Amino acid sequence: MGIQLDIQGRVMVATLEGELDHHQAERLRPQLDTAFENSPCKHLVLDMGEVSFMDSSGIGMIIGRYKNAEKRGGQLTLACMNSSLAKLFEFSGLQKIVHSTATVSDAIAKMEGGK
Amino acid sequence: MNNQLKIEMAALAENVSLARVVATAFIAPLDPSVGEISDIKTAVSEAVTNAIIHGYGGNTGTVALDLFNNGREITIVISDEGVGIEDIASAREPLFTTKPDMERSGLGFTVMESFMDSVHVISTPGGGTRVTMHKKLGEHSKNE
Repeated sequence: MGIQLDIQGRVMVATLEGELDHHQAERLRPQLDTAFENSPCKHLVLDMGEVSFMDSSGIGMIIGRYKNAEKRGGQLTLACMNSSLAKLFEFSGLQKIVHSTATVSDAIAKMEGGK
Repeated sequence: MNNQLKIEMAALAENVSLARVVATAFIAPLDPSVGEISDIKTAVSEAVTNAIIHGYGGNTGTVALDLFNNGREITIVISDEGVGIEDIASAREPLFTTKPDMERSGLGFTVMESFMDSVHVISTPGGGTRVTMHKKLGEHSKNE
């Protein structure tokens, strides 16, 4: 699974690419956490546009990153999920605590609005 | 047309994607919808991940994936010879997990039950676990 990081003000945008299962979540987690901890960011956006598959291991990974952002007083937003990912996301009940947006710019605007 | 396929794989996390690919290729000739492919891939991923993480917990072992179809009726069996499940009813509860430190969501069985028509679990503590899932594919065109 590929990851590309971009910082825009207090928002870190992590663009993920590939299949988000247990194996890939284990590899992704330390990279993402180290970068977030060493950044000035409080908010995290996961750009899921290039994620072709996700199972409940991905949901576990998202919950962990939500907790990390919350510890910094920030929020987590998922952007650009396809219909399969959105189905699992809604099934998990996570939409009650994690925002989702159609585009990355919508996610950034939502978070910058909250400073 | 009826068909069957059996593969055995080492209990390694990187083999979960292989199991998904095999399941997808097996059902492809039946022209499943995109949603059905996604549901079956996800259910297989959950069951094989459970076998590797919970059944073997990092120890060496083998996970078997058996695929059958009787017309559009798909049966998928995932079995391991790992530690087994002490309390199957609790394991099937939403959000139940024995490994919260690994950021497990505890949704694996719930996802399988929701995305497949039926899920049957047989497990013997110390003897392994066998998960049997069924799904009947709809009568629709490939492009639906």
